Amino acid sequence: MVASGSGAVLAAGPLLHAQGLGLERGGRELFRDLSFAVEPGHLMQVEGANGAGKTSLLRILAGLSRYGFSGSVERCAPLLYLGHHSAVKAMLSPRENLAWHISGAGSYSREQIDEALARVGLYGYEDVPSHALSAGQHRRVNLARLYLSAAPLWLLDEPFTAIDRDGVAELEALLVGHAQQGGAVVLTSHQSLSVSYQVAMLSLSAGLQP
Amino acid sequence: MSAPGTLAFSGRLLRRQLVLALRRPVDIGNPLLFFAMVVVLFPLGLGPVPAALASFAPGILWIIALLANLLTADNLFRGDFEDGSLEQLLLSPQPLYISVLAYVLAQWLVTGLLLALVSPLFAVMLGLAGAAIPVLIASLLLGTAVLSLVGGIGAALTVGLNRGGMLIALLILPFYMPVLIFGSAAVQAVVSGMPAAPHLAILGAMLCLALALAPLAIGAALRISVDA
Amino acid sequence: MWSFFHKLGSPPWLYRISGSILRWLLPLTLIALCAGAVWGLFYTAPDFRQGNSYRIIYIHVPAAVVALAGYYVMAIAGAVSLIWKMKMADVAMKACAPVGAALTFIALVTGAIWGKPTWGTWWVWDARITSMLILLFLYLGVIALYEAFDNKEAAGKACAVLTLVGTVNIPIIYKSVDWWYSLHQPASIKFTGESSIDPSMLYPLLLMIGSFYALFTCALLMNMRLEILRRESRTGWVRKLVGA
Repeated sequence: MVASGSGAVLAAGPLLHAQGLGLERGGRELFRDLSFAVEPGHLMQVEGANGAGKTSLLRILAGLSRYGFSGSVERCAPLLYLGHHSAVKAMLSPRENLAWHISGAGSYSREQIDEALARVGLYGYEDVPSHALSAGQHRRVNLARLYLSAAPLWLLDEPFTAIDRDGVAELEALLVGHAQQGGAVVLTSHQSLSVSYQVAMLSLSAGLQP
Repeated sequence: MSAPGTLAFSGRLLRRQLVLALRRPVDIGNPLLFFAMVVVLFPLGLGPVPAALASFAPGILWIIALLANLLTADNLFRGDFEDGSLEQLLLSPQPLYISVLAYVLAQWLVTGLLLALVSPLFAVMLGLAGAAIPVLIASLLLGTAVLSLVGGIGAALTVGLNRGGMLIALLILPFYMPVLIFGSAAVQAVVSGMPAAPHLAILGAMLCLALALAPLAIGAALRISVDA
Repeated sequence: MWSFFHKLGSPPWLYRISGSILRWLLPLTLIALCAGAVWGLFYTAPDFRQGNSYRIIYIHVPAAVVALAGYYVMAIAGAVSLIWKMKMADVAMKACAPVGAALTFIALVTGAIWGKPTWGTWWVWDARITSMLILLFLYLGVIALYEAFDNKEAAGKACAVLTLVGTVNIPIIYKSVDWWYSLHQPASIKFTGESSIDPSMLYPLLLMIGSFYALFTCALLMNMRLEILRRESRTGWVRKLVGA
C-alpha cells in the first residue's frame, strides 16, 4: 500500500499561520493584511484574477519568497509545494524523475514509485524518456509525488493545468482524502472544485475591497 | 517516513547530475573540443616558432582551461532553475551547503577533471617541457576545482537572468585571476627549474577557502535568484 | 539606539537628515579640496627625483585609497542589507558602486598620466595599477549585475552577495598580483620600496585624503537621495516633496 497521505503526521493546531501578509508589485498593492491559519482538514482554494498574486502568495507561504512582502508566515509542519514548473527532466524517465523528486523526503522502493506512477495513469511509461511525454504527463509525474508524500500540508499552484477530465476528478478525490485524513491543502485554481467537501475560499481581489 | 541522511541525499544528487551529464555526452565533449580549438589559435596568432610557443605554453594552457571552465559555469544551475527543480531543492529539508557542493563536484568531474586529464596532449603540442606535465595536471586539478566553485557563485547569481552568459564572465573573471597567477606560475616554475610545490600549496589553500565559503555564497545567491 | 536604527531604515527620515548633512558637508568638502590642492600644487617643494610631476599624488593617492575603502563601505552596506534586511542599506550599497568606480577610474587615469614622465610609458603592468584595474572590474561587475535584474530588491541582495565575495577575494587578488609582479618585474623599475615622504609633502596629502573621504561621503549621500526618490516615487511624501 502506497502511503497516500495516510502516513501524514497528524499535527495538533494549525499547520501554517499567516499574519498580516501584504504584497506590492511594481507600485501596485496586490493584497494586504492577509491573516489566516491553515488547520488540519482544511481544503483552501485561493482565487483571483490573473495577476492577483495567487502564485506569489503560494510562494510566500512555501518560503520561496523571502523578501519584498510584509507580514510573517509560520510553518508548523513539513509541506509539499508544486509550482508552475513540472521539475521534470527531459533526459530522465518518469521513474527517475519521481525517485529524485521524493528523494529529499524519504526512501521509497521501486514498487512504491511505480505504483504512484500507475495511480496517475503513467503505467507503462515508467522507462520512457520524459522528453517523449506530453505536458500533461509531465504534470502527472509531478502530481505522483502526492501519493508518496508524508507532508501534511500541500501547497499546489494550478494543479489542474494540462490535466484531462478524469485526472481532475481523481486529483480532487485525492485532495479531499488528504484533508479528511488530517492533512491540509492550499491550492490556486481558476476552476471551482466539484467536491462534496467544505472548501474554504480565499479571494485575493475581494480582500482588498474596502 | 524519515528524511534520508545528508550524505545519502547528496550522493543521490551527485548521481543524478552525473546521469544527466552522461546522457548528453556531447556536452561533456564540448569543453574539451573548445580547449583543442583554442590551442590551435595560438600558433596561428603568435606564429609557429616552437621556442616562443613553449615559453608561453604554461600561460596559454592555463588561460584556455580557465575559459573552458568559464563557458561551462553558466549551465551549472540553469536547467534546474528553468524546470523548477531548483525551487524543490530549496524547499527540501536537506542542507543547501552540501547539495551545492554536490552540484559543483558533479560539474567539476565532467569539466575540470577531464580538462586536466587531456591537458598533457595539448601541452605536448605546444612544446611544453615533459617534466612540467605532471605539475600542469596537478595545478589544473586543484585550480579548476577552485574555478568551478567560484564560477558556481556567478552561475547562482545570474541563473534567473536571461542574459546570463556574458554577465557571468564579467562577474567572476576577476576572481579567477589569482588562480591563473598561481596555476601558470606553478608550471612556469618547473620549466625554469624551480620547485612547484609552494604554488600548488597556495592553490590548495585557495581550494580550502573556496570549499568553505563558496557554497555559502552559492546557496544565498540561489535563494535570491529563485525569489526574484 | 534602536530607535536610531529604526529611523535609519525610514526613507523620509534618511532623505531629510542626509539633506541637512549635505548642506554643511558639501561646502566644507569643496573648501578642503581647494585648500589641499592649492597647498599641494603650489606650496610644497618639488621632489628631488621626479620634479613637479610627483604632485599628481595629491589626486592619485587619495582617489586610490578612497576607491578601495569604498568597496569595503559597499560590502558593509551589503552585509547589513542581507543580515538585517534593511532596505536603506541596499540603497547605500547601490549608491556606492558608481562613486567607487569613478574614483578607481580617476586613480587609473592619474596613474597613467604620472607614469608617462616617470616610466616613459602610459601603462605598465605594475602590481598596484593592475590591482586597481581589477578593482575597477569588480565595481563594474556590481553595477552590471544590479542593472541586469528587473526586480531591484533582488538586485540589491544579489549585489550584496557579490560584494561580500569580493571582500573576501580582494586581499587574495592584491596579494596574488603583488607576488606575480615581484616574480616578473625587472629590477630596474622597482618602486615598491618608496622612500619616506617628507612631512611638508605629507600634510597636504593627508588633507587631500581626508577631503576625498568627505567627497565620497557627499557623492554617496547625493546618490542615495536620488535612489530613495526613485524607489519611493509613488509614496505620498515624495509626491508632496516634488509638489505633484
